[in-house]
Amino acid sequence: MSKYLLDKFLFTVDRDPDLVERYREDPSGTVAWWEETQANRILNCTDGEASTWQEFTEEEREALRTHDHVALFRMGAHPFLTLTLFIAMFERDNTEPLEYQKAYGAALAEFSLPYPDIAT
Amino acid sequence: MAKVVAVIASTHHPFYYRASTSTGDDRPPFADEWVAKIERFRETLTRARPDVLVMVGSDHFHQLWLDNMPQFLVGKAPVYDANWYNEEREFGMPIFRVEGHEELSTHILRGGLDSGFDLAFSNELRIDHSVTCPIITLRPEADLPIVPVYTNIFAPPLPQPRRFVELGRMLRQLVESWPSDQRVAIIGTGHLSLELGGPRQFGPHGPDPEFDRKAVDWIASGDIDGCLAEVTLDSLHAPGNATHGFMDFMLMMGAAGDGVRADHVDSLDLFHTMEAYFTWYPEGEPA
Repeated sequence: MSKYLLDKFLFTVDRDPDLVERYREDPSGTVAWWEETQANRILNCTDGEASTWQEFTEEEREALRTHDHVALFRMGAHPFLTLTLFIAMFERDNTEPLEYQKAYGAALAEFSLPYPDIAT
Repeated sequence: MAKVVAVIASTHHPFYYRASTSTGDDRPPFADEWVAKIERFRETLTRARPDVLVMVGSDHFHQLWLDNMPQFLVGKAPVYDANWYNEEREFGMPIFRVEGHEELSTHILRGGLDSGFDLAFSNELRIDHSVTCPIITLRPEADLPIVPVYTNIFAPPLPQPRRFVELGRMLRQLVESWPSDQRVAIIGTGHLSLELGGPRQFGPHGPDPEFDRKAVDWIASGDIDGCLAEVTLDSLHAPGNATHGFMDFMLMMGAAGDGVRADHVDSLDLFHTMEAYFTWYPEGEPA
């Protein structure tokens, strides 16, 4: 399991307005493209000096493909990264203030302390 | 030597800017009370007539990332651009820039390295809302040079709470040993109980009002021993999964001094989290 790589996906998508839209509209295609071309990039290095060993497990891939923030929480993805990106994708569909944020929390009701470990 | 004319500790609420500038139907019902409290808080800094601001905050995965994560970092740059795309997107934060104070940055870095803190540094740092929120609330003119200090309250493994207190004490000593006639305010922001991305988020108030009450008492009375006796890296999970940001308040308690009561204490119970504002005047209350 690679919490780091999940976090790297959430981090790199969240900071790019085009990728936020692409991930909202085509999660499967975005996850496949990202793992193929972006997962091994070292963020402040040239492409020729990329890593060689980063890959998702199938469970991680599936959680990202299905926008499953509950599964991401269970796997220990950083909650701040998940929340920020998912608000960017889905808050726009709110019919009242904080509707998405409250539903997001309610969907996590099964979790009690201690929460899944987020250390990478 | 330089004088520490104010020590200020605050929550940093990224929604303040939007709430305080919105009008008509967009203006939330709590905005007027919030603005009134902030304006009183701002006056506590204005009265101290600072020349330079040392500003303690925590990068929220903007520039500092898991492939290269410092625990404590001091900015040393002539200019800092402020706020990020996702803060503009989610909170409506404004993009602006502030001057840096490289001489004081150099003094803090050298002094820290020579007295037990192996501080990281950055010569090109874009500051985020942990630093820009207090600029907006306390010095909206953004006309004073700053020295940003970032702490890791976000990406475990984290430093122990006592290290935050020790860093605060050291920052105070280093400013007071800076050969300068400048008047310096040390400003830091953190959180009380807070949950982000978990089941207790966005409730009608902060996730743990009992913790918040105790935390405000510790800070207001400068009760560092009492706070350190109860607060551990493990215990901070209980009040809310983002409550490790409270350690930046502990840093500011270190800067304010053991047992030193704050000269200004205020709080505001909002949805999601409690706001809290503290000012100490080490040189005595300004006239």
